[in-house]
Amino acid sequence: MNATLPITGPVFGRRDPDSRGYFGPYGGRFAPETLMAPLDELRDAYFALRDDEAFRAELVGLLTTFAGRPTPLYEARRLTAEAGGARIFLKREDLTHTGAHKINNALGQALLAARMGKSRVVAETGAGQHGVATAAACALLGLQCEVYMGADDMARQALNVVRMRLLGATVTRVLAGSRTLKDAINEAMRDWVTNIATTHYLLGSVLGPHPYPLMVREFQSVIGAEARLQFEAAAGGAPDAVVASVGGGSNAMGIFDAFIEMTGVRLVGVEAGGTGPELGRHAARFAGGSPGIFQGTHTAVLQGTDGNIAGTHSISAGLDYAAVGPEHAWLRETGRAEYVSASDAEALDAFSALSRLEGILPALESAHAVAWARRLATQMGPGRRILVNLSGRGDKDVQTATQQLGIEEE
Amino acid sequence: MSRIDAAFGRMREERRVGLVTYVTAGDPALARTADILRALDRAGADVIEVGVPFSDPLADGPVIQRACERALAGGATLDRILEVIREARPSVRAPIVLFSYANPIYRMGFATFAARAAAAGVDGLLTLDIPVEEAGPIRAALLDHGLDPIYLLSPTTTPARARQAGELGRGFLYLISRAGVTGARDSLAAGLPAMAARVREASRLPLAVGFGLSRPEHVRAVADVADAAVVGSALVSVIADAGDTPDLVPRVEHYVRWLRGDGTGGGLPGGPGGDTLQEREC
Ligand SMILES: Cc1ncc(COP(=O)(O)O)c(C=O)c1O
Repeated sequence: MNATLPITGPVFGRRDPDSRGYFGPYGGRFAPETLMAPLDELRDAYFALRDDEAFRAELVGLLTTFAGRPTPLYEARRLTAEAGGARIFLKREDLTHTGAHKINNALGQALLAARMGKSRVVAETGAGQHGVATAAACALLGLQCEVYMGADDMARQALNVVRMRLLGATVTRVLAGSRTLKDAINEAMRDWVTNIATTHYLLGSVLGPHPYPLMVREFQSVIGAEARLQFEAAAGGAPDAVVASVGGGSNAMGIFDAFIEMTGVRLVGVEAGGTGPELGRHAARFAGGSPGIFQGTHTAVLQGTDGNIAGTHSISAGLDYAAVGPEHAWLRETGRAEYVSASDAEALDAFSALSRLEGILPALESAHAVAWARRLATQMGPGRRILVNLSGRGDKDVQTATQQLGIEEE
Repeated sequence: MSRIDAAFGRMREERRVGLVTYVTAGDPALARTADILRALDRAGADVIEVGVPFSDPLADGPVIQRACERALAGGATLDRILEVIREARPSVRAPIVLFSYANPIYRMGFATFAARAAAAGVDGLLTLDIPVEEAGPIRAALLDHGLDPIYLLSPTTTPARARQAGELGRGFLYLISRAGVTGARDSLAAGLPAMAARVREASRLPLAVGFGLSRPEHVRAVADVADAAVVGSALVSVIADAGDTPDLVPRVEHYVRWLRGDGTGGGLPGGPGGDTLQEREC
């Protein structure tokens, strides 16, 4: 079905936030003063380049020849049969170069950084997929690359640490705080604020101050643009529901984007339910959080009554984060999207099921979306169709899965 | 006239550079914070900045990060910090400025915060991650309660932004002397005089210069370009080295006197004046 597909690209300028970067009451730019003028510069450069034909052509070229787009749409027939209901289709972002949707954004921003004359890129990473994608994009464009990663995440995503280093990036261990994604973002911001003249901060999700939530969503919008055409070609019409995992929310925004105007399509974001509903045991910002101002943006945040950011837990490093992209907070408030959660155990079970039934090892992040899709398929029943964003592949998670699933060494 | 205006008025009358001191509330323990504030006042700090510890201090270097961790581990919350300031206020002459990240204040509610802070005797608020573009709601609440909103300027601040901060700000402007996070350095930033001159053109508010200052010669050097010098991380290091011991208050007091050029003319043994104050880079 891909052969007949016209090459599409990211969709720009479709739903901009207001001039101050707000989606309804969410978003904005809550950044230290030193970053404000650079954020203006970044916004202006981005707005100029997204209208620049040569830039867009170069990006689409790289998405095609380097990242391997378009990624296929695949009907998971055995998973569908097992769930006994709606047909389940997978958008195969796991088949991109470097193994997750993160490369779509990394290429876009790395090209932007190069056009802005920056010689150095810093990034944060949780699962390591954004770090690997950034390292690859920097290698491709000859940019120096430093990736900050929480010490706990380095331990649980060891494969990706090695991949980043092989790609020429410096990986810097972050020992502060909870030693996970939020602490890596703090450290990347500290680096950026110190090295502002030479350095671009290549943020990996729809988080942070304006223009990041918009820019990252637009670079990821290629997922939805392809999926919508592919779905129409493969199954006719539009899916009844679109399901994606939500860490910061970039793979979800990327696939939702194409369907937001189609109000008959349910949009379902799946957060990390972890091991229970108590604060500290999950990363379900919409179930357990409240409005807050964190890492540059006004959004739903898991926090204590004193306004300090709460600890989080998820079996998947990429979903283990205390805040969510501001546009998701707005989609939820307007009722356009719904947000649910899948537990560690449900995600692991989906990881196994997809591996054994379909021969696809998903990332643990993506497994949260698969877990909810199985449940939804049963609920919705036959005759319905569900599109799942399979955001990444699971090679990085074999160690965790082996331990958790108790697979014997032969 | 606000207590902050009066303090800067006094510096001008006395034709001397002011000293603004920063401490993280609750470090080494909330029970010591009132004593530390009194010690700073006795030693002659012109303005006292009280840092509200935050779980994710992304504009701070390692020294203040560690102070935040110690303070939070000891249970310092914005609520309790305001209580401590209320207790200490009658015996502290200097104006007190809270220095905070946005979220603890947002969580309490801007109006509730402003009312409680004013009642506790706080004079102004500086928020690290609320730039002038986002300042509207909190600024209105502060002004309603007679508190001064104070804005930061940095080497990347454009003249237009500096003018905006000058128009919206009260009390003084705080110029970050170099792009980066908080932390003591050996020397002042080279571009400081030119930067300060640009800010002077944009606003007539008094100007304090901070980030990286740790020694009396830094304070004296600021006299040429601004009204006051801010010392933060270096003082926090003195507190960290002393710890929760009987030595704490005398060492704080001695260090501040040394910065001001009073008294012994040198640091305490094992105190300020060398490598121990340098930021430990990670
Ligand atoms: C495969 C994969 N899916 C999902 C995520 C979560 O991020 P986001 O919500 O921005 O898509 C990550 C983040 O590391 C990831 O690696």
